[in-house]
Amino acid sequence: MNSPSVPLSSAPAPLPLKAALAPWLPFAVVLPVLALIQVATGGAPFLVYLSLMVGVNVLLAVSLNIVNGMTGQFSLGHAGFMAVGAYAAALLTMALDPWKLIGVAEPLSDQIFFVLALLVGGSAAGLCGLLVGLPSLRLRGDYLAVVTLGFGEIIRVFAQNTDRLGGALGLTGIPHRTSLAMVGFWVFVVILLAKRLADSPHGRSLVAIREDEIAASAMGVNTTAYKVRAFVISSFFAGVAGGLFAHFQSVINPASFGWVRSMEIVVMVVAGGLGSTSGSVVAAVFLTLLPEGLRTLFNALHLDAGRIDQVRMPLYGLLLVVLMLMRPQGLFGTHEIWDGLKRRRAAKREVA
Amino acid sequence: MSVFLQHLINGLAAGTIYALVALGYTMVYGVLKLINFAHGDVMMVGAYVGYATAFSLAPHVRTSSLGVLLVILVAMAACAAFGFLMERFAYRPLRDKPRLTSLITAIGISFALSYGFQLDVGPLPGAAPRAFPEIIVLRPWLKIGDVVLWNAQVISFGIAIALMAGLQWLVYRTRFGRAMRAVSHDHRIAGLMGIPTDRVIGLTFMLGSALAAVAGILYAVKDTAITPLMGLYVGLKAFVAAVIGGIGNVPGAVVGALLLGLVEEFVVGYTASSWRDAVAFGFLILVLLFKPEGLFGKNAAEKV
Amino acid sequence: MHRPRSLLPLVPLLLVMASAACERKQSVTTGGDSAAAARATRDQVLLGVVASLTGDQASFGVSTRDGVLLAVEEANARGGALGKPIQMRVYDSQGKPSEGANAVTRLISQDGATVILGEVASSISLAMAPVAQRAGVPMISPSSTNPKVTQVGDYVFRVCFIDPFQGYVMARFAGEHLGARRAAILRDNKSDYSIGLSTVFTARYPEFGGTVVSSEAYSQGDTDFRSQLTAIKATRPDVIYVPGYYTDVGLIARQARQLGIDVPLLGGDGWESTKLYELGGPALDGNYFSNHYSPEDPRPVVKDFIARFTQRFGRQPDSLAVLGYDAANVAIAAIQRTGTTQGAQVREAISRTRDFPGVGGTITLDPERNATKPAVVLKIQDGSASFVTSVEP
Repeated sequence: MNSPSVPLSSAPAPLPLKAALAPWLPFAVVLPVLALIQVATGGAPFLVYLSLMVGVNVLLAVSLNIVNGMTGQFSLGHAGFMAVGAYAAALLTMALDPWKLIGVAEPLSDQIFFVLALLVGGSAAGLCGLLVGLPSLRLRGDYLAVVTLGFGEIIRVFAQNTDRLGGALGLTGIPHRTSLAMVGFWVFVVILLAKRLADSPHGRSLVAIREDEIAASAMGVNTTAYKVRAFVISSFFAGVAGGLFAHFQSVINPASFGWVRSMEIVVMVVAGGLGSTSGSVVAAVFLTLLPEGLRTLFNALHLDAGRIDQVRMPLYGLLLVVLMLMRPQGLFGTHEIWDGLKRRRAAKREVA
Repeated sequence: MSVFLQHLINGLAAGTIYALVALGYTMVYGVLKLINFAHGDVMMVGAYVGYATAFSLAPHVRTSSLGVLLVILVAMAACAAFGFLMERFAYRPLRDKPRLTSLITAIGISFALSYGFQLDVGPLPGAAPRAFPEIIVLRPWLKIGDVVLWNAQVISFGIAIALMAGLQWLVYRTRFGRAMRAVSHDHRIAGLMGIPTDRVIGLTFMLGSALAAVAGILYAVKDTAITPLMGLYVGLKAFVAAVIGGIGNVPGAVVGALLLGLVEEFVVGYTASSWRDAVAFGFLILVLLFKPEGLFGKNAAEKV
Repeated sequence: MHRPRSLLPLVPLLLVMASAACERKQSVTTGGDSAAAARATRDQVLLGVVASLTGDQASFGVSTRDGVLLAVEEANARGGALGKPIQMRVYDSQGKPSEGANAVTRLISQDGATVILGEVASSISLAMAPVAQRAGVPMISPSSTNPKVTQVGDYVFRVCFIDPFQGYVMARFAGEHLGARRAAILRDNKSDYSIGLSTVFTARYPEFGGTVVSSEAYSQGDTDFRSQLTAIKATRPDVIYVPGYYTDVGLIARQARQLGIDVPLLGGDGWESTKLYELGGPALDGNYFSNHYSPEDPRPVVKDFIARFTQRFGRQPDSLAVLGYDAANVAIAAIQRTGTTQGAQVREAISRTRDFPGVGGTITLDPERNATKPAVVLKIQDGSASFVTSVEP
């Protein structure tokens, strides 16, 4: 069948059914895998804990990459949005804890409320993203960095001084609701979203803004609107990450969402490559597992493992400096792991 | 009334320290258009070098005027050297790259310093606060009713004023100052006009770092305790002050800093005191929203 | 960019949730049982210690660890527990609650700890306790005084008094002993310990004829307190209650004196550290604080302990070390009594601790799993603290 020669695409027009199902194909593959993992790791609490941490960090890194990497706007307050999501979700869950949906088994009801809490947390964080983004995104890069840092700090001080949020102690006794499957699901969603965003016209506008904002604006791109939208999406997922974190950590306090936490995520995004979703994933996984792996190694060799946490922070700082001097594009630059696949597939189509 | 006066003194004391650090920020931003995130940590390094120097002197030596001078000068020299190295090896290679790269580098240096100093291996001091040795024996200088003005406060204030005046003279009345201002305006054109931009930038860095060192010593004298994290918050607040005054504007930085010190003091003193850290940031956000060029800055619209 | 708007996404979501919901219940019980089973067959008695060895209040953690270490070494010299040497594994909480929780998780799941010892700071203990409680591993805090810690569950204990008592002690001392009618409070808003104590003090002080004339707050780590102190000075208090940690108190004392505030400062066991004197200097003279034990205590068990500790570590023990020592010994004794490392049994044995001869005083755990012990009030003069009076519960 002859495909119309359309200059922008070399792929033949797909059949209607396939077109409808195609977006859901990844879900169909991933979900059973997640369910299997969930069952398989039921009896190893520390492994589960570690995986949950990895998942949360991936979620944070990929979402930050949307702003810092794709849009080129440097935000240093990501942990603040995580905090908003964590507190909002936790408060909702604790408020709903005595209740359950009628006619539904208690565990399922708990999970439904949990998802609700996550959505609420994410939305609250997204709203904060809007409030922070609207005024700040008109500012120049370095100013934006400090202002976002400032907002992160204000959120922390606010949480510390508000009794309803538990003050300095924070919230304790948050019911344990997070499961590997749930975290895996959200990680999957954010990666998919980031990937689709990058490939879409919307994403291309973001890249245009990153590369040369003035030119983009001259081309008619509503730069502020796009920047704010990216910011809101990013903060939404940070909020969800916070909610997931709260429901397995059981205790959240303002100190866990400070400037240092934001820095850790920034390091992951920069090391992975500003603009690369897969880079953020790889860096987040690696940098979360590395201290733990070292700790196990040190314990096995009977060396003092306490030093690892102390040395980790200054090493991150040095890592940033070395990266900027030697390889500012980080691990993958602005490319993705799957770019290789796409290129091969396009080449195959060319031949056919 | 005496309460108000005491608050005034406290606020000015804090403000002058912010001012010394803010000057460094504003000068470096002027010539490089870079927020040197690590500047606050240079202040911290200065405080620790001063601590080591003061400790190495016998108690009766360190409290003499010569001793105090020595402590300050050694700290200034060490930080100037450090500032030079930072500029030469971390910022100069990135000067023509996108600004984001330098910003990330600055953040990295800041982190490496403030957390590196928290390790207690070798010469690194460790996270626990240290008590800065007494280098000015406290004596009341002036008593107004209930309020005591101490000699240490007067000396600090004097040193700060002298340095600020000196800097003002340097920037506006010397050839070097003119070169600095030319480079701030446009470093490429300044280079074409025959100004040794690299040298000017390097010297500016050294100057700013030396001022930060003095700020570190004065801070240690005022509050006694020094910790590796002391630079972070003072640095951020000093940056806020520089922005309030108009980034790149030398007298503006001083005014902004004194203003911030006073606002902080009065807000904490007369209202809920645990919001101290948020005051500076709140102030910053307000300024950036309504008058981003600062009190004295010029509205530099970006030309396309 | 499109976002799916149909209800289709709910289907996979529900599937995920269903699978998650089904597994969750199982994994919770499986986790607990398998860990317990693993421990029963493990060939070791392991005390897992979580202490802040670095960070702002490092002296607390170091002292606690040394106290536990001495107890373990002495017990091993006597043959250990259950015929095996007692192992000890220490993790640094770095003064952060999340690190404390991490450490406990690791100690229980990976290292197979029999009992958890820690922490000093209530904020950190509060983060650790739920983990221990959920896993069915007993936890004994040597010196967390906030009442909420043991309220987490029946696997959480402590060998020290709690803040409602400590706050009362100082309120009474201020009113009765010092005859102070006006008190100001300067609390650390970042610490539940400090907030707890200041709340109790405010509530109990009127019983002894006093009024709280002003209440100010600071954040742990601040170095400039002059603003708050100036505001306090204006209200002309007879005493100032500063229930914070030594790192801040030292500076507060100095600045208070510089501002012309001559009245005594009062505090709690958070003052206890040799570093306090380094930071506060002569400004500390004439101030008082409540504590768990005084080195001048004439009981032979105290003198003996001080001698052994000084010989082992080359310095005098502070109350943190004493409490660490006592907590470890309570744990060891319970394990011996019950003859097994099984969580529920050890827990049962610990809860039955009665009249245990601790260095810090006789320890009897009440039904809320707290220790009813007297407190001492110490006065600071010339770089050291001396005994003034002791208050019975």
